[in-house]
Amino acid sequence: MKLTTALSALALFVAAPAAFAANVPEGTKLAENQTYTFWLLDAIKSLDPQINTDVEGSDIVRNLFEGLYNEDGNGDLVPGVALDHDLSDDGLTYTFHLRPDAEWSDGKPVVAGDFVYAWHRLADPATASEYAWYLQLMQVKNATAIVEGDMPVEDLGIKAIDDHTLEVTIETPLPYFPQMLTHGSTFPVREDVIAEYGSNWTKPENLVGNGAYTLSKHILGERVEMDKSDTYWDADNTVITHLTALTINDVNQGLTRYLAGELDRVDIPAGQYPRLKEQYPDQATSLPFSCTYTYLINLSEKGPEALKDVRVRKALSYAMNRDVVVDNILQGGQKPAYNWTHWATAGFEMPDIDYAHWSQKERMDKAKELLAEAGYGPDNPLELTLNYNSSEDHKKIAIAAQQFYRPLGVNLTLNNMEWKVHTDRMQNQDFDLGRYAWCGDYNEASTYLDFFTSYSGHNQGHFYNDEYDAVMKESKTAEDPQPLYTKAESILNEEMPLIPIYQYAKVSMIAKDIKGLPTQNVMQTWYGKDIYRVAQ
Amino acid sequence: MLVFILKRLAIAIPTLLLLIVFSFLLMHAAPGGPFTQERQMPPEVLANLNAKYGLDQPLWQQIWSYIWGIVAHFDFGPSFVYKDRSVNDIIAQGFPVTLTYGGVSFLVAVLAGVTLGAVAAVKHNTIIDYFAVGISIGAQVLPNFVMAPILVIVFTLILGWLPGGGWRFNDPSYWIMPVIALSTSYMASIARIMRSSMLEVLNSNHIRTARAKGLPGYRVIIRHALKPALLPVVSYLGPAFVAMITGSVIVDIYFSTGGIGKAFVDSALNRDYAVMMGVTILVGALTIFFNLFVDIIYGWIDPKIRY
Repeated sequence: MKLTTALSALALFVAAPAAFAANVPEGTKLAENQTYTFWLLDAIKSLDPQINTDVEGSDIVRNLFEGLYNEDGNGDLVPGVALDHDLSDDGLTYTFHLRPDAEWSDGKPVVAGDFVYAWHRLADPATASEYAWYLQLMQVKNATAIVEGDMPVEDLGIKAIDDHTLEVTIETPLPYFPQMLTHGSTFPVREDVIAEYGSNWTKPENLVGNGAYTLSKHILGERVEMDKSDTYWDADNTVITHLTALTINDVNQGLTRYLAGELDRVDIPAGQYPRLKEQYPDQATSLPFSCTYTYLINLSEKGPEALKDVRVRKALSYAMNRDVVVDNILQGGQKPAYNWTHWATAGFEMPDIDYAHWSQKERMDKAKELLAEAGYGPDNPLELTLNYNSSEDHKKIAIAAQQFYRPLGVNLTLNNMEWKVHTDRMQNQDFDLGRYAWCGDYNEASTYLDFFTSYSGHNQGHFYNDEYDAVMKESKTAEDPQPLYTKAESILNEEMPLIPIYQYAKVSMIAKDIKGLPTQNVMQTWYGKDIYRVAQ
Repeated sequence: MLVFILKRLAIAIPTLLLLIVFSFLLMHAAPGGPFTQERQMPPEVLANLNAKYGLDQPLWQQIWSYIWGIVAHFDFGPSFVYKDRSVNDIIAQGFPVTLTYGGVSFLVAVLAGVTLGAVAAVKHNTIIDYFAVGISIGAQVLPNFVMAPILVIVFTLILGWLPGGGWRFNDPSYWIMPVIALSTSYMASIARIMRSSMLEVLNSNHIRTARAKGLPGYRVIIRHALKPALLPVVSYLGPAFVAMITGSVIVDIYFSTGGIGKAFVDSALNRDYAVMMGVTILVGALTIFFNLFVDIIYGWIDPKIRY
């Protein structure tokens, strides 16, 4: 049986064929100047789709290359190089039909073999891609064995049936597999170009891409410039002709330069959103962004004995006054978090979390009660340390936490350390409580919930729970995984291996004549080709 | 003189080697590595990375192949973090930027500092002296991370005269704020050193003699006082010059110049061993060279010094 675009997200292809490319409403008067200048906090580490690991790098890569699918402003999938796909009955074989008119920037056609080469390259131990694990996450057949060097890359579950038909085989059915294809590491690259230029292939004079833009300049730590590509299949509907990314390492400096008119978009420093919203109501924006900020609790053998008692863990979570954190410290439209998965994640049904509805006084009373049961209180204080990496915001939240815990008789020692040291300690379980943040790789709850499985490589607090593992395993093959995700969240709420603190928002200033940036996509994935500038 | 120079150059080589070995060991002693990420990688992926960048080899072997790469091919290796680039690329892009704004800052600092210091000394205890001392103390205590944002607010946001950051070699309007931010504190130091040394010289015997034989005041100062008074300034200028042309992390951050100063600090924080070594060697070699250069200038300024 042929299940053409069987998945709900993909059904949109038929429903909204015009939802891709700049969707300029009729009658809009476009500005003469169609350029878009955006802000980068740091130098771009790599423009190589299979090597890049950063969100900022992805923002550039997404404009220079195009994968099988793109996301629209709502985060739904729309065709990229693939027009659609068929899924086999067992849910393991995807056959993608590639558009015949897709071209590289040097005019050659984009063929299935380019994807095969790119994915082989991603898995190849010789490439040593930091995102090789993404293929494992996508369950692509034999990915793990290839990354470990036990199998040749040719055995990876991807093959070109012909120039415009690509077949991918995965190991277990994965309902959100198509969503994962918007990630840059799966984008096609050209074998002949990489063979010719080696690691220099991403220099502006060498780079050949298949995206809506071509690279015209890349000065490390200063700027990246991109021009509209004439060979892009949807060039006729691409309005912005030039993209510029300026690296400005200081957020406040970025804001000043935005106000001076040098940028069209910049992040707002913590605490400044209310003032800017009042002053520039049509420019200051706050949109949900798929990351959760938390203190992880060390449940490993190296962790303190007291934290192995769930009553203590719950007390610590209850006593954290999230409202103070989001309303007084961050002030940027972030939401208090009482669970792990970002609230705006597609399809996610929030479980009923008891303490989320309580008042802070009720939470404090309950926390005191639980701690007393566990044998701690002002007379027998609990000594804990909190590790965090150097940053003004982390510091402010940590100091606040210290104050929240004091009335409970919990003495929190703050351990501020350099980022690499902090990370190293976390990964070696040398902490009691540790600051951590997780950002979704794709718009589906499993990107968060897989984190706390005992077999996850990220589970730094060593939370091992058989029931949780079983629920997450079951979710991989379930027709509708959402109730299982809700169940998994309830287990986290019962066991409290973390203190969720807040869920992110992307807080930015956006020039008022810039339109077409995503507003409903929690991943904040954007494409230059969707943007346009209206006449003022 | 030639023997002296050759001797100093001969000492420079083991000095640099020691610098390389010590920096290498210190860097590897710091917790975490270039591939330590908040998002932990599976061990097999990490193993592939370590193998690709040679981090799986014993430390002595890593040091040896690193030094050999420099000696044999002048190759400082690939960056561990900016993976599309080699260390040579990064230095070739960032160093000319800092060399430009650092070099201009140096000229500004020396000219303004020496003039300010000399005038203050000559007009000792007058209003001009107090004014000059006031400026130099003010410039010294105003840190550049305070000055940089103020400059951008004034010249970019309010007046709209200058670009708020970025870098163009062919457009000096991009240089002005970095130069102001970098040169002021050096100018202040130079002015203070110059002032006190000039005061000392003005009270010395040969100046009294020059005045006694009836030379006009300006000739006494320019012909007899300025040159010996410069001696302490010159010894300060060697290391200051190197510090300026290798950039300032503050200037690079606030003005987004893409210079080497930021790359240096980033490489330490990112544990980008290769870039950090490359910049350390660059700074080390320049320091050794310019200290030698200063020693040679000494001989020219002060006839009492002979090599």
